[in-house]
Amino acid sequence: MTFWILAPIMVAAALGILFVRKAVHAALLLAVVMISLAFLYAVMDAPFLFAVQIIVYTGAILMLFLFVMMLIGVDAADSTVETIRGQRVMGVVLGLVFGTVLVIGISQVTLGTVVGLDDANEGGNVPAIANILFSRYVFAFEATSALLITAALGAMVLAHRERLTPKATQADMAAQRMRDYAEHGKHLGPLPSPGVYARHNAVDTPALLPDGTAAESSVSRVLAARGTVRSAPALADDIDDVRRQLAGLDGSGDPAAMPETSGKAGAPAHTEEDVK
Amino acid sequence: MLSAILFTIGCVGVLTRRNAIVVFMCVELMLNACNLAFVAFARQHGNLDGQITAFFVMVVAAAEVVIGLAIIMTIFRTRRSASVDDASLLKY
Repeated sequence: MTFWILAPIMVAAALGILFVRKAVHAALLLAVVMISLAFLYAVMDAPFLFAVQIIVYTGAILMLFLFVMMLIGVDAADSTVETIRGQRVMGVVLGLVFGTVLVIGISQVTLGTVVGLDDANEGGNVPAIANILFSRYVFAFEATSALLITAALGAMVLAHRERLTPKATQADMAAQRMRDYAEHGKHLGPLPSPGVYARHNAVDTPALLPDGTAAESSVSRVLAARGTVRSAPALADDIDDVRRQLAGLDGSGDPAAMPETSGKAGAPAHTEEDVK
Repeated sequence: MLSAILFTIGCVGVLTRRNAIVVFMCVELMLNACNLAFVAFARQHGNLDGQITAFFVMVVAAAEVVIGLAIIMTIFRTRRSASVDDASLLKY
């Protein structure tokens, strides 16, 4: 019963990992698969593995994935360019063939009756596992501990970074800034602040340049990568709508009081309106 | 059967995705599918060896994830990219 509820959820989530664009969404779908697996373990008389699955996989491994994703940057999107031609199609075809062979092969096998773990789990699942683990598999267990120590050490060695150059002081940074200005003409001062408007005053609204276009450098790069930046001219359109309604109520229909909303021609008027 | 389907999906994921982290997640998916088969067969045959094996697979997977993510981070630091296509230095 539990199996038939969880199996479609797991397959759907696993397929979702293949198709979502962002790595964070893939990690969340993987969490769904792993928690469902934990419940399947609980149903299949494996309470110890149920706990270990939740603690180790969803607790530790997925958190590690999310931490690394934060370090690498959430905006590191997947490129859709194929470097090997036809590789994606070949991958899908090979996967389908492999899956078909596997499913057909498994369906040929007759499994016999399920013995069940009631005898083996007598006196509790955890003591029974401990009995086997520390008698028959004790060398494997010791090797595992050696493996874990090696892994921890390896991670420390790989993630450690020696400082090769001295830390840049404030004077160095100022000199670098002047050099950038001399060589590339980069603006010396701080970046422009985001737009301050009558109805929207937030870091996701870009400031407007004198010609009415949005200043890209005034919003954070991360927000731009996430695609959550508001468009300031669109906000100005709202204001123009209100003005048009007011003008319609007056009945005067004075074209001078109602600047053009579409095209570049109207843009400077928006700017003036917004900066106030 | 479910285990086979999940394993296949993981396999396709490894073959098609470009982001190293997502490829890694698909490897995890394949390991989990194997674990599911182990636990199911432990119940089928009525002894706990399958569960022990699944436990060892989990330990190895944890160690593997730690090292793999550290390698991905190191590559990202030197290349500023998490795509598997850019890590082709060993080719030449």
